[in-house]
Amino acid sequence: MKIVVCIKQVPDTTEIKIDPKTGTLIREGVPSIMNPDDKGGLEMALQLKEEQGAHVTVITMGPPQADLILREAFAMGADRAILLTDRKFAGADTLATSYALAGALKKLDFDLLITGRQAIDGDTAQVGPQIAEHLDLPQVSYLEDLKFDGDKTFTMKRHIEEGYQILEVEAPCVVTVLASANNPRYMSVGGIVDAYQKEVEIWGKDQIEVDETLLGLKGSPTSVHKAFARGLKPAGELYEVETDEAVGIIINKMKEKFIL
Amino acid sequence: MNLEDYKGIYVFVEQREGLVQNVALELLGQARRLADELNDKVYAMLLGHHIADKAQGLIAAGADEVLVVDAPELADYTTEPYAQAICKIIGDRKPESVLIGATTIGRDLGPRISARVKTGLTADCTKIEVGANRELLMTRPAFGGNLMATIVCKNHRPQMGTVRPGVLFAMDTDTSREGIITDYKVDFDASKIKVKLVKTVKEQTDLIDITEARILVSGGRGIGNQEGFEAMDALAKTLDAEVSASRAMVDAGYIGHDRQVGQTGKTVRPDLYFAFGISGAIQHVAGMEDSDLIIAVNKDKHAPIFQVADLGIVGDAKQIIKKLNERLKK
Repeated sequence: MKIVVCIKQVPDTTEIKIDPKTGTLIREGVPSIMNPDDKGGLEMALQLKEEQGAHVTVITMGPPQADLILREAFAMGADRAILLTDRKFAGADTLATSYALAGALKKLDFDLLITGRQAIDGDTAQVGPQIAEHLDLPQVSYLEDLKFDGDKTFTMKRHIEEGYQILEVEAPCVVTVLASANNPRYMSVGGIVDAYQKEVEIWGKDQIEVDETLLGLKGSPTSVHKAFARGLKPAGELYEVETDEAVGIIINKMKEKFIL
Repeated sequence: MNLEDYKGIYVFVEQREGLVQNVALELLGQARRLADELNDKVYAMLLGHHIADKAQGLIAAGADEVLVVDAPELADYTTEPYAQAICKIIGDRKPESVLIGATTIGRDLGPRISARVKTGLTADCTKIEVGANRELLMTRPAFGGNLMATIVCKNHRPQMGTVRPGVLFAMDTDTSREGIITDYKVDFDASKIKVKLVKTVKEQTDLIDITEARILVSGGRGIGNQEGFEAMDALAKTLDAEVSASRAMVDAGYIGHDRQVGQTGKTVRPDLYFAFGISGAIQHVAGMEDSDLIIAVNKDKHAPIFQVADLGIVGDAKQIIKKLNERLKK
């Protein structure tokens, strides 16, 4: 089986803080990581590789420094890595991003294409399904688990609000995976050494099948009209008292608001 | 593309097993307010099988016309037949805007459609307003809720958005409203329908959805363990409340995904939100800050949760939960 996993380098948004005085983002010192849902997707691919044999290619679109997460993927067990990078890709919204990625993916042969459900910097969950559409392949999103019958049929467990669904689909197909699907492995020591001896292939717009007018900022239907920090509301009352008194204060507040 | 050719606000009416989801009514309410401002009409797209009896209720919820696509292919949601039906409507009718709920269905369907009709889609909007040139200004959280971004789709139509459940308001049901119900036929391309639904399994059906709870007893890392959660359960029972949690508790396996409040969970707006042992990371706050009354208990007096709490108590959350429950029971 051939598997391709799309991964993204993102700022660890849980480490971003707001300056309480100015209300602006503090970005200094925020680490770049492999997006958690994508890592869950890569782990899913690597488990399939162990269980039934597979060749796992990882691909990312981003600036040259995104090389780092491809090395991490090598160290976890990926077989091939592609960095899709070109100034023409810059400023892309989800449609232009998925279009460029689809242009690269058309050059790869696969039975299963895995993306994370969403990236923690944008949280849109759009790129996976949009890639599937550009490639005219069926999609299953919000994946918690996946089984392959060894021939051509995948059985998928899809998360929904009330529980889950079991779906069947034949290869080739596209899935988007939740970080909670598994516990991604750590990089192995041998893997880290190998990761820097393996070659990351670098592709630009000229290496893929795309119409240049549909790339990057120019190819993006949406644009940011404005961005702002969310307003902070004035802090309420704060008490540091013994438990009994605290409970009394809580009950009084509930009575005052007619909840009791 | 001539933008003036595109008219009307079209709402995807999500139903599950024939039950119209609240988010669809919220979208119709918002679409109604926008249409009144734009002097335009609201169209409800009702897809499913044996669902025609739901159409009249959508007029009462704000629609001027309900397009009913009734077909066996649409009995349960899967991406392709739903995408084919919506894209057919978009192709025929040329909507100016299309709104979809940001559920596990809407977030699967929306991007598929936007890529097929090659237009922009803004994800997880929390606010929609009309701009200077009739365009929609769609505001959403970005960077894990650290920033708000207002997105526009200038030169492509329809302009599409998904909207989180629980953040917009449905209008009061008005059964005197008049509207048209249109039976809409779609010829499906069966060769493209490749995903087969085997079964849907529901978990924890006895619980009320946390977005509909009046009081939420919510716990975070400071609750610590199973014992802490049991204390929360007991308090929730006394108050006739529901239990919810921060992401840390969900990841630790103490409670299901469907109980998670925050950027990657649900947005809630109860009358009272108890934040027990929740530090108040922006990702969590993004999902609960609009609650009417927020009472937070945390042992760290510098915890950011106190910046959004109406009442903050510095103390041991577990002890306070137990004591509070004892006192309330009396």
